[in-house]
Amino acid sequence: MSDDPGIDLLRGKLIRLKAENPEGQSKLFVDWIHDSEYWRLMAYSPHFPWTQDGVKKHIEKELEKDDPRNVFFAIHKLDDDRIIGDIGLDGISYNHGNTYVGIGIGEREYWGKGYGTDAMNVILRYAFTELNLHRVSLTVFEYNPRGIRSYEKCGFRVEGHAREVMHREGRRWDIIHMGVLREDWQALNA
Amino acid sequence: MINPIATPLFDGTFARLTPVDHEKDPEIVAGWTHNAEYVRMTSLQPLRPLTAAQVKKQFEQIDKDMDEGKRLFHYAIRAKDDGRLIGEARIEWVEWSNGTAFIKIGLPDPADRRKGIGADVLRLLLRFAFRELNLHHIEVVLPEYNVPALRFFEKHGFKIEVRRRQAVNRGGRRWDLISMAILRPEWEARHE
Amino acid sequence: MRDSGELTSDMLRGKNIRLSAQDMEQAAPHYFQWSQDAEYQRLVEGDPFVPLSLKATKEVNERDWPEDDPCNIMFLIRANEDDRIIGFANLDYISWTHGDSYMGIGLGDKTCWGKGYGTEAMSLLLRYAFTELNLHRMSLTVFEYNERAIRMYQKCGFKVEGLNRDYHFRDGRRWDLVSMGILRDEWLELNGYTVS
Repeated sequence: MSDDPGIDLLRGKLIRLKAENPEGQSKLFVDWIHDSEYWRLMAYSPHFPWTQDGVKKHIEKELEKDDPRNVFFAIHKLDDDRIIGDIGLDGISYNHGNTYVGIGIGEREYWGKGYGTDAMNVILRYAFTELNLHRVSLTVFEYNPRGIRSYEKCGFRVEGHAREVMHREGRRWDIIHMGVLREDWQALNA
Repeated sequence: MINPIATPLFDGTFARLTPVDHEKDPEIVAGWTHNAEYVRMTSLQPLRPLTAAQVKKQFEQIDKDMDEGKRLFHYAIRAKDDGRLIGEARIEWVEWSNGTAFIKIGLPDPADRRKGIGADVLRLLLRFAFRELNLHHIEVVLPEYNVPALRFFEKHGFKIEVRRRQAVNRGGRRWDLISMAILRPEWEARHE
Repeated sequence: MRDSGELTSDMLRGKNIRLSAQDMEQAAPHYFQWSQDAEYQRLVEGDPFVPLSLKATKEVNERDWPEDDPCNIMFLIRANEDDRIIGFANLDYISWTHGDSYMGIGLGDKTCWGKGYGTEAMSLLLRYAFTELNLHRMSLTVFEYNERAIRMYQKCGFKVEGLNRDYHFRDGRRWDLVSMGILRDEWLELNGYTVS
């Protein structure tokens, strides 16, 4: 099975992935970051008060670096082009053919409606048929069952638990490691 | 009762943990980067031999990283008897609020292995991580072909937590990448 | 089938030569000497032969081979007996997503010609490319008149993939530029690895 190289690679059923835009995105990002639930679903490190200027400079710096080991996208809705989140590959290791992926849907009204799953499928297609990687890894927090279900739908399998690695709200939580091999993903999408 | 604060944190039985020496160490460390067996056992980055000047630049970057992020602790391992540079060790990617970090221990010369130096260094690192940095979960990541290391950490109380399937491609075939970890209560129980 | 024992082998060292990092301080005097040698230069270099000064040699090499470029890797070839620098070996224009790269070898020290050192360096470079970087194919170009090199590359498994006809003009006549390539599976099979 192979895709026609001419397909609209970054377009899904509900969303499209586009390049990051520091000017247009920094206001949105800073609002999402200040939603503590969003932060705690997505980030391992403690929350801190990013400013809009700080976010803008951070994105600009990453774009300038042009590091081949990572690529980030903004997630746009297909119907009205509104940005609802971001997704990216990080730690791309070409000699082994693997990478990590991370996603965050900032706009709450789009949680639990398939937008994240769609974006994940698009980036997996990019990773497997454009970057030609062999596997994609991710980590998800024990307290995020919605995330775990979404990743399973895309073909990710649980590969282990890092025990009690997170300390939040007075108790410890595991981080769950998941991975999908190209052959798994291709079988799912044949 | 001995005042525990007086415990020398970086002096082992056979080895010491010390800062790297920007003048004397780069030449030796450059030689390590040419040692294919050592690199492939301890690193996932592809083998890439460096000159002493390039190693010196790396040391400068490590200093910068240590200072800026306060998430990295990088040491040279020196033999206790003659001060010879015999390896490197680090605690890295420290997440303070969660109490987690990764460790690495490397002894490039096989003649320095299986002599208790590795166990000595591990003891120092874990003691520092649990009693000075107050961390909770210490992890080591190893390719499945590094059987001696897997056995070593298992012997010292680490448990396998994650097996990333086929994450490593080396020597013409794929291998799993294994994460092992020890928790603070487990370490305390072993050191009662 | 090769197993993890393969992983403990000294990948960068052969019987007679080894590959090391490019220390420009040490290499520059050798590059300078070799750049005065027309026969050597016309075998490795398509641009017209122009002997350079030591200073220019250093500058050109530093410019063409920046240290932190992820798309090229430069090695020196050293003789095992006394560790002296005798040549260079490199991977260039590495294309990571496609898994393709160009490679080049030059033995500037003529006392080392005809002893199999080039073949040895090429074998080390290929093993590095195919079992450490896990690239899919290696490409190279060689001048039609460099018959010794073409034979050596074929011995290592390279196949001629095409000719750029009449590409060079030297010594009063035109010559083709020969493109050769080898695939990872071909190399693995030739060298006793299990191909999945």
